[in-house]
Amino acid sequence: MSDQLLLGTKKGLLILDRTGGRWRARPIAHAGLSISFAAKDPRDGTVWAAMDHPHWGPKLARSRDGGGSWENLTQLAYPKGARFIEQHLPTPDTDPDPTKAPTKYKDAALLKVWVLAFGGRDQAGTIYAGTLPGGLFTSRDGGDTWELNRPLWNHESRGGDLFAGDATSRNQWGGTPAAIAYGEFVPGIHSILIDPRDPNRMHVGVSCAGVVETRDGGRTWAGCNRGMLNDYLPNPEAEWGHDPHCVTQCPGAPDHLWQQNHSGVFYSVDGAGRWTRVSRNDVSVHFGFPIAADDTDGRTAWVVPAKGDSERTAIGGGLFVARTTDGGARWDTFREGLPQQDAYDIVYRHGLDARGGRVCFGSTTGNVYVSEDRGETWRCVGNHFPPIHSVRFA
Amino acid sequence: MPYVAFTRHLQRFFPALTDGEVPGATVREVIDALERRHPGFASYIVDETGRLRRHVNIFVGDEPIGDRERLSDAVAPDAKVYILQALSGG
Repeated sequence: MSDQLLLGTKKGLLILDRTGGRWRARPIAHAGLSISFAAKDPRDGTVWAAMDHPHWGPKLARSRDGGGSWENLTQLAYPKGARFIEQHLPTPDTDPDPTKAPTKYKDAALLKVWVLAFGGRDQAGTIYAGTLPGGLFTSRDGGDTWELNRPLWNHESRGGDLFAGDATSRNQWGGTPAAIAYGEFVPGIHSILIDPRDPNRMHVGVSCAGVVETRDGGRTWAGCNRGMLNDYLPNPEAEWGHDPHCVTQCPGAPDHLWQQNHSGVFYSVDGAGRWTRVSRNDVSVHFGFPIAADDTDGRTAWVVPAKGDSERTAIGGGLFVARTTDGGARWDTFREGLPQQDAYDIVYRHGLDARGGRVCFGSTTGNVYVSEDRGETWRCVGNHFPPIHSVRFA
Repeated sequence: MPYVAFTRHLQRFFPALTDGEVPGATVREVIDALERRHPGFASYIVDETGRLRRHVNIFVGDEPIGDRERLSDAVAPDAKVYILQALSGG
């Protein structure tokens, strides 16, 4: 079990410690600055915060003394020549006639660090960052330097090697509406899963493309979206264009992957070889953003369903968490300790975490709840936090 | 030599930053000189393509710079350069 929580919020980083059976927040770090994601490296204890500053640009901060002091890092940046094919939100005002528009290329600049992930147990210093506009970056030296993963950036599903010249294939990665506030309609990498058995095997979740996999440490990548259904495409079984909101993996049974997608909850028992939709609209488990997997039991996962997809609030004014313990055949819903009237909370994709039987989530309404019994009953940790972007047990 | 004045908000990240003279005949050269004095500073003002960040403004005298892509605006030796942030959000 973990006795520490890291909350990435719109107004800074909150570290909560569990002492005497209560969770207490320390004074906020990076006060006033938006933190898109925060997590602790389990290998060396470094605390990482991704700062999402609207004026000064996205930056990383790291603390090697548990959050006492911080170092701001500016090295994560796109290399010269990194380009992408411009896309527009598919609405008549932003993209009046997409069939006639010539292909336009844009130079990539970092818009947001959306997620951080730490390499294998024996890969000291290896850290991954997923970004808008759809880059996967790797650091091998604890974050001092970062390199764009070019095989994924240059993937044929994105138009091929745009460093070398014009597109050689059709771009099939869509933009994510989550990017619009940054002035671009570009894809984003929000989930990075490193297989604990073999750190050269990784899965990456992309909005709006789907899941991609490498088995050779990032030298080659392939889509793995078989079985995915995309309710808003003319062909729901298209290879690309899927919108995973969050993808996660059971550390103790890494062939078990879970995905809260725009089009429901999906589950794989064969390392994303094939996905099966397991959401159950009769108990309102369908739309939502976050998903958390159990540490050891691959069949167990938690979601915080939302009324989707145009409203994006708690369903019926009551907040609840759903848990399956049998791979999604049955979902149980738990409401004890959660508000059941006038609740409009929405939980973002990184706003839910589970560790050692404890589960925690935080909403954009600034409410944070913890369960000590695998999600069955809940206790409020605070009601007046800033909007929560990420929740991670340290 | 041009005189550069900063929004005080940048001192949060660069405590040693103070208004004063900075060499440079263009805005780009002034930013480059500031980067040499304060490593990492340029990344707060421009992105990695060299574009001025969306919510940052630079004035030379009373006028906002015209070239936000390459910062090629000329800076006279007696000019005053202001580096500002557009306050926004909630």
